[in-house]
Amino acid sequence: MFEILKKTYLAPQVFKYLLHAPDIAQKALPGQFVIIRLDETGERIPITISDSDPTQGTLTFYVQAVGKTSLEMSLMKIGDFILDIVGPLGNPTEIKRFGTVVVIGGGFGIAAIHPIARALTHAGNKTIAILGARTRELVILEKELRSTSAEVHIATNDGSYGTQGLVTDVLKTMIEKKEPIDRVIAIGPLIMMKAVADLTRPCNIPTLVSLNPIMIDGTGMCGACRVTVDGKMKFACVDGPEFDGHSVDFEGLLNRLKTYLPEEAEAKEKYLKDTGGKCRIATIAQIYG
Amino acid sequence: MPDRDNSPNIRLKMKKDLHQNKVPRTPVPEQNPEERRKNFHEVSLGYTPAMAQLEASRCIQCKKPKCMIGCPVRVNIPEFIKKVAEGDFFAAARIIKETNALPAVTGRVCPQEDQCEKHCVIGIKGEPLAIGKLERFVADYERLHQKETAIETDPPTGKKIAIIGAGPAGLAAAGDLAKWGHEVVIFEALHKPGGVLFYGIPEFRLPKEILEAELDYLKRLGIEIKVNYVIGKIKTLDELMERDGFNAIFIGTGAGLPYFLGISGENLNGVYSANEFLTRINLMHAWEFPVFDTPIHHHKTFAVIGGGNTALDAARTALRLPTTEKVLLVYRRSREELPARLEEIEHAEAEGIEFHYLANPIEIKGANGWVSEIICQKMQLGEPDASGRRRPQPVANSAFALKTDAVIIALGSGVNPLIAKSSTGLKTDSHGHIELVDPSINLTSRPGVFAGGDIVTGAATVISAMEAGKKAAEGIHHYVMNLEL
Repeated sequence: MFEILKKTYLAPQVFKYLLHAPDIAQKALPGQFVIIRLDETGERIPITISDSDPTQGTLTFYVQAVGKTSLEMSLMKIGDFILDIVGPLGNPTEIKRFGTVVVIGGGFGIAAIHPIARALTHAGNKTIAILGARTRELVILEKELRSTSAEVHIATNDGSYGTQGLVTDVLKTMIEKKEPIDRVIAIGPLIMMKAVADLTRPCNIPTLVSLNPIMIDGTGMCGACRVTVDGKMKFACVDGPEFDGHSVDFEGLLNRLKTYLPEEAEAKEKYLKDTGGKCRIATIAQIYG
Repeated sequence: MPDRDNSPNIRLKMKKDLHQNKVPRTPVPEQNPEERRKNFHEVSLGYTPAMAQLEASRCIQCKKPKCMIGCPVRVNIPEFIKKVAEGDFFAAARIIKETNALPAVTGRVCPQEDQCEKHCVIGIKGEPLAIGKLERFVADYERLHQKETAIETDPPTGKKIAIIGAGPAGLAAAGDLAKWGHEVVIFEALHKPGGVLFYGIPEFRLPKEILEAELDYLKRLGIEIKVNYVIGKIKTLDELMERDGFNAIFIGTGAGLPYFLGISGENLNGVYSANEFLTRINLMHAWEFPVFDTPIHHHKTFAVIGGGNTALDAARTALRLPTTEKVLLVYRRSREELPARLEEIEHAEAEGIEFHYLANPIEIKGANGWVSEIICQKMQLGEPDASGRRRPQPVANSAFALKTDAVIIALGSGVNPLIAKSSTGLKTDSHGHIELVDPSINLTSRPGVFAGGDIVTGAATVISAMEAGKKAAEGIHHYVMNLEL
């Protein structure tokens, strides 16, 4: 059992959790994830670890309330317990002195790049962050990223903040200006990561993407998280979650992510109905934020 | 005539009949196939006490019992059978548990026809004694009558042993070590202990309730089980030994990464490894979606590739899902070579699994991202290969299609790299299996670290993993107590 020590409302549908998980906190590194299961009937879902404090024995992660489990989590309160948390899983991000590294976070993916940006800066890199979101209020962790990156660029689809457009527009401008970029790390929607990889491929900029396929055990046993990288089958849980963006078969992964869309919708609808329909997403923030 | 049945002559005749194997093997009641193919309840219903006594009375109590040679964990078979025949079922349970910590499990999942029953002397002329069914009966009787055998353990030794993986190997090792007075902690990666017994073997073959009861027994021996603990990630072997004060470690992490076919179409939606499919059902209760959160897609036809116990478990599980109309099993050799237990094959046939022998998948085709059919080629059997089974060879221009909307691949598993990757001084072979420097005690290249089960041998049976766990336990005991072997 893992206690929720703190819960903060960050943006519509996005919550920050501080959990007591002392053993995992000793080992968690940027780029790794945990798998959680809320209760006895719960599913196992992977969540990126955003921060860990070995002395306090805490983990921080961000959850976007979009499906049944994440909605349920968004209704949990401080002092509640999560039944199972296992981790840290996956390989940590390779952190060394590369030179200039552009870290790109799309939407909720910003939560995942934050610890990576900080570690890269620590290792002596010039870290440039590009944050993308649909609209201004979904740009999360800007302050944190400003304090750990040399530059922060922001792009919103509706132009309500930063430049109007996509993260790739910002990256493209940088590349066109011939700014030296030694490495790109992009985490966000699959479409975004694919677009970033397509952009950097012709200029041979090493580009890492973090994949989020369907996963059950997270230790290599089930094979659900298989992805094709450079024509070979890889398991995201033990071989990843980060892979060379230029070699990932994004189309295949996009298709596999659709496997349970009808069931996910069914579970969510049922949950909303069971909870009396009162917890429509818009109101969650007001009630429990 | 009064008392005729007890007359010495009749008794003599009965004994003679027994010796001449005229008394047939007592059949075990089963759920009927039409009924059971629609539910997840156990197929075999087990003996009643009267049936068990009748069956046990067929044992001729050999002076040199060959059945025991066939038992990987050396259960004292004639002794426990004798107690069953006498009706002292608790005594029988005590005898079994001296060497086997999980009798309700092994009584259900062991391939007895290749082990104890294969060597049974009365099987030479007639049918062998139903040792497995009797073992199961004894364990069930004890559990149902709530009269758990008193547990006696040796005085505490003060030694701490870490067991990695709560599957059959780890549980068997833990059971012996706890009995010998050691403090035992099992680290399990999943949220439930049991390993393949939990996530792999389905309810209709091994009810979870029975596994839970066996695990309770181990807990009552004083064993601590920590779930959600991935050794190699949350802790390394070094940390367990140097920081946490464990005197020895047993690695029983089992088989890992599932094998796929390496053919086109394997990433289509509707293609599962048997591990994924069975885990969704057994561990995550996907068949009870949406009461449980984990879904399984509702397919009409499943094609299962492979012929081992896991393939049959997957096929029969698929058959029991509410929307399933048909389940095909595709195997590249013939029925003779099926590696699965005969009992499972017969059960699957009776339930209506469609077996396609001498067929080898060469491509999975899809429509709109989902499986639509598998293309197979016909095979013929050639000369025996290294495994002794006849090697299947493709027949030229023999490709044919099988319509299906789901494919389950049950071809076994490779090695999970997590522990070896994170440990120093642990030698592995070219496939990644942990190497033993002393196979007689399952010692690895690292002092104080022992290993056994699928992580050493590659995918095998529950009982062979238990055997390895017990051998390692012996080695560990001698190692931590500084005893000569």
